Amino acid sequence: MNKLQNNKAWLFVLPVFALVAFNAIIPLMTVVNYSVQETFGNNEFFWAGVMWFEEILNSERFHASLGRQAIFTASILAIEMPLGVAIALTMPRKGPWVSVCLVLMALPLLIPWNVVGAMWNIFALPDIGFLGYTLNSLGIDFNFTRQPEDAWFTLILMDVWHWTSLVVLLAYAGLSSIPDAYYQAAKIDGAGSWAIFRYIQLPKLRRVLTIAFLLRFMDSFMIYTEPFVLTGGGPGNSTTLLSIDLVKIALGQFDLGPAAAMSLIYFLIILLLSWVFYTVMTRNEEQ
Amino acid sequence: MAKITLDDLRHAYVPNPAGPDDYALKQLDVSFEDGGAYALLGPSGCGKTTLLNIISGLLAPSHGKVLFDGEDVTGLAPDQRHIAQVFQFPVVYDTMSVYDNLAFPLRNRGVAEADVDKKVREIAAMIDLEETLQNRASGLTADGKQKISLGRGLVRDDVNVIMFDEPLTVIDPHLKWQLRSKLKELHQRVKRTMIYVTHDQTEALTFADKVVVMNVGQVVQIGTPVELFETPSHEFVGHFIGSPGMNILDCEVRGGKAFFQGQEVEAANAGAVKVSDSGPLRLGVRPEFVSLADSGIEAEVVKVSDSGRYQIVETRVGDAPVKLLVNEGVEIPTGKTALSFRADRTRIYRDGWLVASGETR
Repeated sequence: MNKLQNNKAWLFVLPVFALVAFNAIIPLMTVVNYSVQETFGNNEFFWAGVMWFEEILNSERFHASLGRQAIFTASILAIEMPLGVAIALTMPRKGPWVSVCLVLMALPLLIPWNVVGAMWNIFALPDIGFLGYTLNSLGIDFNFTRQPEDAWFTLILMDVWHWTSLVVLLAYAGLSSIPDAYYQAAKIDGAGSWAIFRYIQLPKLRRVLTIAFLLRFMDSFMIYTEPFVLTGGGPGNSTTLLSIDLVKIALGQFDLGPAAAMSLIYFLIILLLSWVFYTVMTRNEEQ
Repeated sequence: MAKITLDDLRHAYVPNPAGPDDYALKQLDVSFEDGGAYALLGPSGCGKTTLLNIISGLLAPSHGKVLFDGEDVTGLAPDQRHIAQVFQFPVVYDTMSVYDNLAFPLRNRGVAEADVDKKVREIAAMIDLEETLQNRASGLTADGKQKISLGRGLVRDDVNVIMFDEPLTVIDPHLKWQLRSKLKELHQRVKRTMIYVTHDQTEALTFADKVVVMNVGQVVQIGTPVELFETPSHEFVGHFIGSPGMNILDCEVRGGKAFFQGQEVEAANAGAVKVSDSGPLRLGVRPEFVSLADSGIEAEVVKVSDSGRYQIVETRVGDAPVKLLVNEGVEIPTGKTALSFRADRTRIYRDGWLVASGETR
């Protein structure tokens, strides 16, 4: 390749680079700075090397929250992705009900996150909450503030309620962009509804579903506000996800070094997994 | 294989059509003979695609019947009518190979895999896709994808009619010609009924044995390309087909003779014009049948443009423009000149329609 190198192009990228440096790279570097130092207050810092990283990576506590985080994210992805596609498939494609459905679907997305947590907290309370009270009066012993399984159930139900809409809206947009000719051709070719889904709708949804999957993966892996308001990580540590644990270390115990090291590990895990998912999901597209 | 008959067919997209203007298709009674190559030709919005979708069963007509070999199929779904359709934009199943695309209609119908394989290979050879059979369909060029669409129609033995909805729209110009002759060749090999919708007269006239010309929801003429050219039965056919289109000139008829801008013109059907009928009378003559003469209709040359093989001469007779084609290399006079219209190719139209005479009907 003998393409002429035009280095002026860098000048155009420079403003964006400066902005990103200011709002992302510089704050990140302060975290890097904390992660390799030890302090005993008084604003005095001592070099600590990779000590905090070793400590975090070997800590049972970190393993436990990472495990809970993985279970949480895997569960909500396993529920929200198929459910979102299924709901999008049943939504009307034209007529007056389209806007009604879209507004109903968008509603959960418009509610502030801490309000979602508070709503579900009250909704699930065993003595006064509609859900909690109903379950108990049906003879099911339900108390999410005391029983870990009930806390998990409520947590996952809340996330599904809050975020399935995002998958629905993306999938719906993807479905609407499929030209009618595909459905007509499929009809003529004698394809049943499963074949239409498998060979037309799913392949055409591939891109939006990749986006939806990555968004839901990243958001759920970083989730903080809703579980914090709903369970506060409890009962015990049973719903202490990574971000809740991180805040406990950083702001509860004020261990800056370990918290910084954990932040970086946390960040790298999300980055790495996102890259792996993206690569796997788009590997067949270059043809 | 079937003869397709449209019986008193009408279609309106609005729920309660009040007048003729509400109908996208007005009163159609057309037959397509088994094994014929037909083109539906007309400007955008004339109802061609509506008609096509009614024949294929994607759309239910608001009135009338569709008959295949005399059997009423109006209520049947597309897959029960045994038809195939190639759409304007190529439809391929992206995740499948070319082979699986071609096999798809057969597998959906539960054909045994050995027969599927035999048929797919036979058709792939016919449409020159043998080498790319194992490639992914999404990687093919637009013309390759259109061949797949066509192939999915050809693999089935039960197909009554293959329909094409402006299939060359997205094909590169130099491949259009190739694909069109391929289509013509295929028609001669498989002898299936084909209906080809287009607004391009070249495509229609080269592909079809018979062309159905449509305008604002009705059929204006059905005929061979030669008939459409030589005896257009409606002014619309005259100026829609041909380049440039037919000259359409206001005229009068007195005592069995036609007068145009006060000058007498011989017309093939002038004798058939009845004075008792109403409606404006017009003279139609194609530029091919107008020539420069020493004496005749007085005219003035306005403009000459060169189209390669011909010179298109625009003249003015009184206040009416008349175009004529003159061979390359012939000197064109400037200013005043005289024109002659070929009498047997000059016809009179009343209210748009050809005035019937013994010679044309």
